[in-house]
Amino acid sequence: MSEDSAEFGNVSIALTGSGGAGVITAGAMLLDAAARAGCYGMFVRSSGPQIRGGEAAALIRLSMQPVEAQDDVFHLLVGLDWHNIERFAVELPLAANSLVIADPANGPPPEVIIETGARIVEVPLKDMAKAVPNGRPNMVALGLIAGLTGLPEETLQAALAKVLEGKGEKALQASLAAALAGLATSAGLEFDRRLPAATGHEKSRWQISGNQAAGLGAIRGGVRFVAAYPITPATEILEWLAAGLAKVGGALVQAEDELASINMIIGASYGGTPALTATSGPGLALMTESIGLAVASEVPIVVIDVMRGGPSTGIPTKSEQSDLNIALFGLHGDAPHIVVAPASIGDCVFTANWAVHLAESLQVPALVLSDQFLGQSRAIIDQPADLAFATQRLTVETVGDGYRRYALAAGGVSPMAIPGTPGGQYTAEGLEHTPRGMPSSQVTDHVAQLDKRRDKILGFDYGDHWAQITEDVDSDLAIITWGSTAGPVREALNRLRAGGRTFRLIVPRLLAPASPQRMAAALRGVKRALVIEQSHSAQFFHYLRGYFDLPCPADSYHRPGPLPFRPGELVEQIANWSAA
Amino acid sequence: MNTQTVSASAARAYKSDVKPVWCPGCGDFTVLSAITKAFAELGLPPEQVAVVSGIGCSSRIPAYLNTYGFHGVHGRATALATGLKLARPDLTVVVASGDGDGFSIGGNHFLHACRRNVDLTYIVMDNRVYGMTKGQPSPTTEPDWDNALTPGGTGLRAFNPLVIALASGANFIARGFSGDPVGTARLIVEAIETPGFSFVEVLSPCVTFRPDQRDWRNAVRPAPVQPTGDIGAAARRLMTDDGFNLGVLYVGSRTPYQTHRTAAPVSPSEIEQQFAV
Repeated sequence: MSEDSAEFGNVSIALTGSGGAGVITAGAMLLDAAARAGCYGMFVRSSGPQIRGGEAAALIRLSMQPVEAQDDVFHLLVGLDWHNIERFAVELPLAANSLVIADPANGPPPEVIIETGARIVEVPLKDMAKAVPNGRPNMVALGLIAGLTGLPEETLQAALAKVLEGKGEKALQASLAAALAGLATSAGLEFDRRLPAATGHEKSRWQISGNQAAGLGAIRGGVRFVAAYPITPATEILEWLAAGLAKVGGALVQAEDELASINMIIGASYGGTPALTATSGPGLALMTESIGLAVASEVPIVVIDVMRGGPSTGIPTKSEQSDLNIALFGLHGDAPHIVVAPASIGDCVFTANWAVHLAESLQVPALVLSDQFLGQSRAIIDQPADLAFATQRLTVETVGDGYRRYALAAGGVSPMAIPGTPGGQYTAEGLEHTPRGMPSSQVTDHVAQLDKRRDKILGFDYGDHWAQITEDVDSDLAIITWGSTAGPVREALNRLRAGGRTFRLIVPRLLAPASPQRMAAALRGVKRALVIEQSHSAQFFHYLRGYFDLPCPADSYHRPGPLPFRPGELVEQIANWSAA
Repeated sequence: MNTQTVSASAARAYKSDVKPVWCPGCGDFTVLSAITKAFAELGLPPEQVAVVSGIGCSSRIPAYLNTYGFHGVHGRATALATGLKLARPDLTVVVASGDGDGFSIGGNHFLHACRRNVDLTYIVMDNRVYGMTKGQPSPTTEPDWDNALTPGGTGLRAFNPLVIALASGANFIARGFSGDPVGTARLIVEAIETPGFSFVEVLSPCVTFRPDQRDWRNAVRPAPVQPTGDIGAAARRLMTDDGFNLGVLYVGSRTPYQTHRTAAPVSPSEIEQQFAV
């Protein structure tokens, strides 16, 4: 069910091919050209678990409006080949008015494509590439797509020059010639999804992935030490930070495993340097014991979990919101900590920055729940605002006799002596301890320190950052969602509003500590709420029911990955729910 | 000044007023003294030293010192210390561990700490037993040592930590004995002074669960060889020794791993430009 319209300026394109065919490179170029043409857009890479040689697809949506979700159908599918297309055809919904470009060199299109009823047009991509010295079919396809969608030739040239920078003039000219051949061919094809010419825009725009955005937010927040172990789909955060930290005077260390990376950042932060690691579910599971150490020893750290399908190795290349429970409840003992979640690619900058601020201010671990969809998608967005937090860890400069690291200070945050501070020597302790940090199994010490660690988190003023409350705030029907699901929900609500149905949307960024009073205030006047999430067991719904004491009846719409939420699916679910 | 002439009061200044939890006669008492003697000989300001440990009897040491300390989780002390030293190269960072903490649960970190060769000193008090959990075999326990958890013994060959350290890239390898605090202090001084990852195994008897180790005082001897920088000679020496040769057994010349920080950092707003359309 697609209720958007062509005149709105919105087109979704899938470019498929076997690994190594260059669909991802072509997709990156297309997004770059679109950015130059003044469009918004989103580029999702779809691939199997294998690194090379498997199936791959570049899924690109371009629009004159900001894009936060994949559309219900692809309007244009270009197949460089049909290798393993059956495996991911379900990710490529087509409609009868979709256009499929097939290369006759690959034989007839597979049945899964034909049975969609889409219009199939043959274009000899391989032969056209062969006619150009060193030409490649992916570049022909790129030019064809640019032509069909109305992207100006000069934007295509500029995108090629940028992506192929350093590959030499010869490679650039060969790619350009192939792309122009594709562009010329597009003129003879019918396609009703041309984007209108952009009229210029006031706000400056960025082209960025959620993983890069999270890395940038961390650097903005003051992180200058990162230790990490590679894991899909978090690795790009680390690769971006390795280069980024080197420029701002920090450093990244590749650890031998996640047990080491979490302990390395605890060590660095104990030494006074704001520190972070990034991982995915399996890595987070390995880290949980030491996150408990950071809670007990009151060492600020930030852990970004880019969630993927689980449990176990699960589906590493696909998104799911199913690490919520381990992030909230995975620590042993009573271990208060922070859990936050970004609600869009751009929001990854803010939320990572905020997480550093909270960790440093409260001397606690802060977990950031991003996911594969946010992390590995690249989007053209309005430049995120730089909300500079005055992040300052409470430390001591000079210390008299009897320094007490874990003193029971008002508010719970006690000044931390950074090694090198004369007179501040103490032992950071994972054992329960006295205010001085000496091991203790006394009931009074245990209760006092448990209270301290709880109160500092509960007493903090999180301000309006705790949630995004938008859309129709007067509606008595509320949608509550979190993380990457917020994008397709927002688009669904936009479509419903066009049909005269309005909803209040609440997207909490602050997941822990639970803030039932804030949620109750946000739900004031609401008669019913629907909780939407990408989790098989409705983890978020049960968390809200258990810890937020919702003041109104609530229902759940939840399902697991690997398929992304599309707006049409949510329009249907929300409409049915609201009519019930 | 050498270890013999460092005054007892200078060493005592590195001790805290906390009474150790160790059993009377535990070897770790004298290792603690050796560590304080070494700090005193080097004249290290206590606030410039951090002692990092994991879990076990020996890992209680940070609380007994008047330096900065971190008593972390089981097996991860070298990793935590690595992060600290890389972030704060100005500090002297010493890691205290035992044979279970260091070679069993922390085995992978041991390999990679040696390989990474960060400028740390790693002191492992080896008593070939888990003492804190009351007498289970560790990776260095003899295969036929009878105990409740593995009746009749593990049947497993004991791990040779010095050989592993050499093969993995440690830059300084020595063995001390808790019954020889002066000699052990001397080894710790050299370990701290030698750049890179320095590994000091200290035989430290557990009189409670391994009373047989009281005989170690008769077994140990100064190694009848000089320290070598020849890795092949060191390998042969360590592979064939009986575990009771004391002294510096290998000193390499590997450059320590450091994370180099740019002298001219730019602001985050400058690196953001890469995202501008």
